[in-house]
Amino acid sequence: MLVEIKNLHIGFESRTGFAPAVKGVSLTLGTEKLGIVGESGSGKSLTARALMKLLPKQTRIEADKLEFDGIDILSASEKQMRTIRGKRAGFILQDPKYSLNPVKTIGSQVAEAWRAHKGGSKRAALEAAVNLLEMVKIRDPKKVAASYPHEVSGGMGQRVMIAMMLAPDPELLIADEPTSALDATVQAEILRLIEELVSERGMGLLLISHDLPLVSHFCDRVAVMYSGRVMEELKASELLSAQHPYTRGLLNCMPSLIHPKERLPVLTRDPEWLK
Amino acid sequence: MTIEIDNLRISFGDKQVVKGVSFNVANGASFGIVGESGSGKSTVLRAMAGLNNDWSGRIAFSGQDAPLKRPPAFFRKVQMVFQDPYGSLHPRQTIDRILSELPLVHGMDDIDARIAEVLSAVALPQTARFRYPHQLSGGQRQRVAIARALIAEPEVLLLDEPTSALDVSVQAEILNLLADLRAERNLTYVMVSHNLSVIAHLCTEVGVMIDGHMVEQVTAEDLRLGNVNHAHTRELRSLSVELEEPA
Repeated sequence: MLVEIKNLHIGFESRTGFAPAVKGVSLTLGTEKLGIVGESGSGKSLTARALMKLLPKQTRIEADKLEFDGIDILSASEKQMRTIRGKRAGFILQDPKYSLNPVKTIGSQVAEAWRAHKGGSKRAALEAAVNLLEMVKIRDPKKVAASYPHEVSGGMGQRVMIAMMLAPDPELLIADEPTSALDATVQAEILRLIEELVSERGMGLLLISHDLPLVSHFCDRVAVMYSGRVMEELKASELLSAQHPYTRGLLNCMPSLIHPKERLPVLTRDPEWLK
Repeated sequence: MTIEIDNLRISFGDKQVVKGVSFNVANGASFGIVGESGSGKSTVLRAMAGLNNDWSGRIAFSGQDAPLKRPPAFFRKVQMVFQDPYGSLHPRQTIDRILSELPLVHGMDDIDARIAEVLSAVALPQTARFRYPHQLSGGQRQRVAIARALIAEPEVLLLDEPTSALDVSVQAEILNLLADLRAERNLTYVMVSHNLSVIAHLCTEVGVMIDGHMVEQVTAEDLRLGNVNHAHTRELRSLSVELEEPA
């Protein structure tokens, strides 16, 4: 197993007391595509960030097991974590606007990622960067490598982020809302690209999203989170026929193009779900 | 209030971003504009709201041409709701202060009662009145933004992606609220969104924009059935349908 999480608890110490955010999440991931869906505040991003130990100091993390490829994340040192982050597990964030350095060319940023993990000369790295940009299906990779992030579109920026993450050949790709800042047409392209690269290279994918139908199309398995807990875990193909009232509620309250509804049903939250 | 837009052109510097858009909206109807980012849909809406003075063509409300510089009375009739409830509310003002801005500017009376009334119209508790925006959830903040538009007692609401920053569960509540308000107050809506199913849910007619042109206008019914002509409309529709169908 690439990732094993058992009974993960995350909470924050604050002036007014302790605020729990993730309350006993258990997940496993092999070389497959796992989706985590849920509303904002359900703890899906926190779970992924805990796996990379990317949480602020005042966070309290407890777990029976939190392992990446057999390495215990909770007791791992910063030095050990640096050999995992980027190199063995790539992290794609929501908005390329905030994740790319605005004052460096795209080529030099991708080259930097390549060189940090693989070494070699600057020129070799720059060549590798152009190749990587080509691999994420950027039409004119040389030109894009020489441009700055503000000169390219959101979809292009996200491709660049993916190219950077692929540089060190990671075994796991974590994508946290990789397409929610993008148009529907571009969104489909980017997800197809991620899916293709993941299956080609035999990587594991952890896709975090609030969009249920999207996840059901691009993942093998889906975990539905609510209020810091996993409500249910099911095959992606069975998501649309899910049984749990929370999942059903989320699916029902979406407006539909082919099945119009006079009035959208509203999600009623049952305290029973959290017992 | 009827709306007529005729051959609207908008440029930023030398670059023309809206290249001759025309459409009409009947009184009490709701018109949707879909398109990808950069297609010019929000720019059209901003020009209608009077937030952009550099346009040519004709924008008319109730048959009367809107002048380039809108008179104050115009903003009582036409109000806009923005996409991001996090960015469109002043972080250092209480909800009470935010909502009283417009009545103060327009010299309206009985501000206290008006605020209480719009808060209940958008189903916010009266206790929200003296909170700050950061103390409310995203959905509550969008309700405040809608309340701020309603307090002017407008006849037209211009909605710029009102739900795209929200979870689907909250989106459903806001869409229901908008549908109810339109029925209760006989409002006319023009809504911009990139989500076809959201547009089709709330609007009876839809205009599709690409690259500054409105390439097609169809009824929501035809859009659902697939009776569309332009290739871009078909592409947007099939993407939307594909996601709805089980994998």
